[in-house]
Amino acid sequence: MSRRRLNPEAEAASARAKMHKKPKFRLSFVALPYCVYALIFVVVPMVLVLVYSFFYHYENGGSFGFTWEFFARFFNFSDPVYMQVLWRSVWIALVSTLICLVIGYPMAYILSRMKPRIRGIVSFLFVLPMWMNFLLRTYAWMTILENTGILNTALQAIGLTDKPIQFMYSTGSVIFGNVYNFLPFMILPIYNTLIKLDGSMVEASGDLGASFGQTFRRVIFPLSLPGVSSGIMMTFMPALTTFIVSRLLGGSKISLIGDTIEKQFLSTGDYGFGSALSVILMVLTLLAMAVMGKYEKEQSATGGLLM
Amino acid sequence: MKRTVALLLMAALMVGVFAGCSNSDAEPSKSAAEYPYPELVGSTLNVYNWGDYIDPDVIGIFEKETGIKVVYDTFDFNESMYTKVKNSNAAYDVVIPSDYMIKRMIDEDMLAKIDMSKLENYSKIGDNYKSREYDPNNEYSVAYMWGTLGILYNTTMVDEPVDSWGVYWSGKYDNNAFLMDSVRDTIGMTLKYLGYSLNSTSKEELDAAEKKLAEAASKTLGFTGDDVKDKMIAGEAAIAMIYSGDAVTCMDPEEGNPDLAYAIPKEGTNLWFDAMCILKDAPNYDAAVKFIDFMCRTDIAAKNRDYINYSTPQTEVYESLDDEIKNDPAQYPPQEVMDKSEVFVDLGESVSYYDHIWTKIING
Repeated sequence: MSRRRLNPEAEAASARAKMHKKPKFRLSFVALPYCVYALIFVVVPMVLVLVYSFFYHYENGGSFGFTWEFFARFFNFSDPVYMQVLWRSVWIALVSTLICLVIGYPMAYILSRMKPRIRGIVSFLFVLPMWMNFLLRTYAWMTILENTGILNTALQAIGLTDKPIQFMYSTGSVIFGNVYNFLPFMILPIYNTLIKLDGSMVEASGDLGASFGQTFRRVIFPLSLPGVSSGIMMTFMPALTTFIVSRLLGGSKISLIGDTIEKQFLSTGDYGFGSALSVILMVLTLLAMAVMGKYEKEQSATGGLLM
Repeated sequence: MKRTVALLLMAALMVGVFAGCSNSDAEPSKSAAEYPYPELVGSTLNVYNWGDYIDPDVIGIFEKETGIKVVYDTFDFNESMYTKVKNSNAAYDVVIPSDYMIKRMIDEDMLAKIDMSKLENYSKIGDNYKSREYDPNNEYSVAYMWGTLGILYNTTMVDEPVDSWGVYWSGKYDNNAFLMDSVRDTIGMTLKYLGYSLNSTSKEELDAAEKKLAEAASKTLGFTGDDVKDKMIAGEAAIAMIYSGDAVTCMDPEEGNPDLAYAIPKEGTNLWFDAMCILKDAPNYDAAVKFIDFMCRTDIAAKNRDYINYSTPQTEVYESLDDEIKNDPAQYPPQEVMDKSEVFVDLGESVSYYDHIWTKIING
């Protein structure tokens, strides 16, 4: 779906391009394939989504016209079922992102302090699971987390519990799935800024008598903020728009906005409402990006992407 | 390092690209004239069926016998099939929906008429499975399988006789029971429990059902589709809503879990019929007719029945079954159960009200 095309890589790339201050706008032929690609797979679908969300059409009568109906259905305050879904999605995405940051930052820091050889191997190990399809990885977690799954069987075998612990089918398992799937997107940008960090600044801070805590707080962390902000964006956005994790690990019980949109397209067949929901989600994503973009602008742009 | 990674990635991509081409171009060893329908040899037939609803060998047999290439695709519920056929450009020839959906598709002019006299094996289908409410003149559909909706339960976790939809509200199976991720089945089950028709379009009855169902939904372990089989076999929950044939598969002592049992609740349930239809804009209508005829052939119908365990509408296939199967109330329920059961009818305008309720339930 087109909203998936609105991906952070393209956005961040264009942000970086801006910072390199091009003197003249020149469309070189090298950029042509990408422009064509973007036109077909980004611009056209987005326009279609916009059209679908603002126009109704009845197949039998063939009538067609402008309508606010689809948006009104979302912003229905007497029956706010869809707003609740969106709120739940935002909340779950925020929590997932926060956990990713808390786990990911130290990991990225440790990684950046390793010897280059070992660092290569470890970061390779991080990327390795991403070779496997996202869906398969999530399926694998189902077999691990189920009541009769590997983890519960093991826990019972060593006598830690006598009854299976309910890992699956909860908000917690959906957050877990998000964290697992999107953690590399948090670690890698932070890691990239950290290894590019000028070591002499850290040394200078030490020479001037700062403790490690002070150095970290006043030097390392502020300098790594661009990485942190792109990490947050690259984790928050997929976590907000995901739809299959909640189905598999949440047993379809924890319905997220992505699931609701998918249902509109695949089972209810209400393209108009599905598109309206997509537009709302896109606006939300753009807002989040604008907020994060402010942080990024304040720092010199070392916040890189993967590899 | 980076170069190694890049190379490996490239290799993985290449393998992916070429894996798709491995066996598709196998030349038929026979010439077209040796096949029964020479004009159809080499053409493609698109079949759209429920997931896990055919013996996979059967497709190969059809391809081998006729030289027609089958592209087989699956759906999980009637509604998703309908949406895809209606809204996308995906071209299918044969679809296998259920009763009420067939009616809806006939009403919306989505199905092509089938000349039953062209089907050599049409007579093998029992009279009880022809001229049903959804296709009263036998013009559009050829019965494939039938069954019921019921409760599959794990006898190691349930120590009372299960005979009512009320188990979902008994409070004993909180976080231990699966509901079905299907609007008609799950709302229908609730209506039935409340003593209403599962085709109710009364707003009052539906609102009552919504309230009741919301209660069960807040305590359910999850909503399931085809995955219910794996989960129940693994012992993931005590109770699940399930279609009869899937229940039989789950209870199989060798491939399933012998602790499972199936019950049709005393309030009555849904009796359903799935039938083969041809879409109005089918690109390969002639091959579709041949395929449907082939599926009705006794040996093929028997193979499918053995594989998927649903109840067969074919008289000869039924006769050939072991008494054990014929007397299994899960597969061939006694008359008093049938009398209490209802077939879904198309809801017409009320479809959107059902959808509205369902949205609230699953987003609750």
